[in-house]
Amino acid sequence: MKVLVIAEYERQRLKPSFFSALTAAKQLSPGNEIDLFVAGFECNDLLQVIKKINVKKIILVDDKKCEHQLAEVVADLISKVAIHYDFVIMSATTFGKNILPRAAALCDCTLIADVVQIIDPATFVRPIYAGNVLETIQTSEKIKFLTIRASAFEPTLIESDIEAEVECIKEDLISSRQDIVFISSELTEQTRPSLESARIVVSGGRALKSKENFKLIEDLADKLHAAVGATRAAVDAGFISNDFQVGQTGKIVAPQLYIAIGISGAIQHLAGMKESKVIVVINQDPDAPIFKIADYGLVGDLFQIIPALINELEKCNKTLT
Amino acid sequence: MRVLVSIKPVLDPSMKPRLKPEGAGIDLNQAKRIINPFDEIALEEALRLKESGKATEVVIVSVGNLQAQETLRHGLALGADRALLIQTERYCSSLMIAKILKAMVLRELPALMFLGKQAIDTDNNQVGQMLAGLLNWPQGTFISRLELQTNEIMVTRELDEGLETLKLRLPAVVTVDLRLNTPRYASLPNIVKAKQKPLTVITLESLDLSLAEPNYKIVNTSLPISSRKKIKVNSVQELIEKLKKEAKVL
Ligand SMILES: Cc1cc2nc3c(=O)[nH]c(=O)nc-3n(C[C@H](O)[C@H](O)[C@H](O)COP(=O)(O)OP(=O)(O)OC[C@H]3O[C@@H](n4cnc5c(N)ncnc54)[C@H](O)[C@@H]3O)c2cc1C
Ligand SMILES: Nc1ncnc2c1ncn2[C@@H]1O[C@H](COP(=O)(O)O)[C@@H](O)[C@H]1O
Repeated sequence: MKVLVIAEYERQRLKPSFFSALTAAKQLSPGNEIDLFVAGFECNDLLQVIKKINVKKIILVDDKKCEHQLAEVVADLISKVAIHYDFVIMSATTFGKNILPRAAALCDCTLIADVVQIIDPATFVRPIYAGNVLETIQTSEKIKFLTIRASAFEPTLIESDIEAEVECIKEDLISSRQDIVFISSELTEQTRPSLESARIVVSGGRALKSKENFKLIEDLADKLHAAVGATRAAVDAGFISNDFQVGQTGKIVAPQLYIAIGISGAIQHLAGMKESKVIVVINQDPDAPIFKIADYGLVGDLFQIIPALINELEKCNKTLT
Repeated sequence: MRVLVSIKPVLDPSMKPRLKPEGAGIDLNQAKRIINPFDEIALEEALRLKESGKATEVVIVSVGNLQAQETLRHGLALGADRALLIQTERYCSSLMIAKILKAMVLRELPALMFLGKQAIDTDNNQVGQMLAGLLNWPQGTFISRLELQTNEIMVTRELDEGLETLKLRLPAVVTVDLRLNTPRYASLPNIVKAKQKPLTVITLESLDLSLAEPNYKIVNTSLPISSRKKIKVNSVQELIEKLKKEAKVL
């Protein structure tokens, strides 16, 4: 089985979701017939890191036209190299979802999205209806395009002493598009662990009432070295930016510990966190639906509970040191 | 300038999907359908373009069986000018839907094609990207802001790590995210008026597309299993104690 994995990186650093895609690739190709595809501009530093990953070959496109990794340019390139592979894989991040369906269509192939389990190289499981149902798909597609759900594949780093061979794509294969221009990006400052890779996630909902109050969630997260998450209601109300939304239409996470505070438990939210190993719920309404998926539930007012929790955690830390 | 918006009827998300016996799929027979919420946002944006004098006509299109007429009628009541149903009883993959929508785009020649970023039933998030690829048009996916200028649009996209702004020359495909706008409700007079608006049913066969069957099949559908401890704790101290000693996550 020949597998092509598309590299996903940000500010010249590979993302954990990329290593999850590698895990899936490893499952599909135990013989390690895995190649990587890297598109970007001035990616020399990145390349040095990528070369240490244990794969056969790196297909590199280092060109100004790929600077912003626009789907129009990158999907076109992927579709040109995809014909040599049985599988083309990315994580189902916004990056992967933007690019891979376009590449699949250019190859006249279907794409199986959000794979959470590989049963065998032709059979895949994916959630539908906000994770309320699992669907098993068997495919005979010539090139199998898959996006995998990163939270379902433990990221692995497979390092090697031997550097992988690098093949550079010829410049004239890269399309130049006049009809799309990158204007700007506003990336969120990463001051805490990211939602996708944190061991602990502390999430807040509408009950926080304001942006100022939402700091309580952030303070608690900092005490636990945790990532911060939010419901759609909290994001819509402007307590925090969109990239913190957990759920069916936001990010999917599965940390060791998920603490849901002032969140009712709409199915769209549950879709993004119900695979967490341990779930703690804090809500003043004992009948809130989210208690149904709680391992530990505490009924009460979050405005009292969070400060008490922070206090208690500080005490524990003191006794430890 | 004409704008095309795709509309998928989906199971009302407040209803739990019912499984047919032996993993044979989902029973949609008596299920209440609504417009996919993302498509409602897409339609709202198209209507606002028309109301601000920037678009001249808003056309909605759906692919599916005759039941979809009801959902399209609702789209007309919200303000769309006319509706097209590509009627088929066939199971369609995302790629097939994209090919059918491409045929409709080539027929209607819109300057802008709006889709939802994902259908909340199959959660695929791919038709818009596939369509843009097949048309070789620029794509603005997961957008939370759209500004139309002559012959081009500025779009802001919601990404995992923040926001990105792109300028696309028309014609273009966009897929919309939750925060683009808040859709309106259909007023009673508009619901009545919608009955007179044109809703054209076109059979898939008449499009002459020679669509191959998908190269995959759904071999099982099942409910996920999860078991939770559901332990009520009475204090912050007890909670921390349990997380440390019992769950061992702190
Ligand atoms: C198409 C679509 C997509 C969506 N996608 C997502 C998604 O990806 N993610 C998502 O999260 N949502 C999503 N939603 C929204 C979802 O349906 C819910 O509306 C949302 O999750 C509710 O957020 P919430 O729990 O913060 O607010 P609410 O439902 O209002 O719940 C607030 C909770 O806080 C409790 N509370 C209030 N005050 C206190 C207090 N002082 N102390 C303790 N508890 C208190 C209340 O008892 C209540 O249970 C989507 C909806 C649609 C239609
Ligand atoms: N059967 C359909 N008819 C019309 N539009 C559809 C259909 N299926 C999907 N779409 C459109 O494609 C978008 C993305 O769907 P999906 O890729 O299936 O998640 C939806 O929001 C719709 O706008």
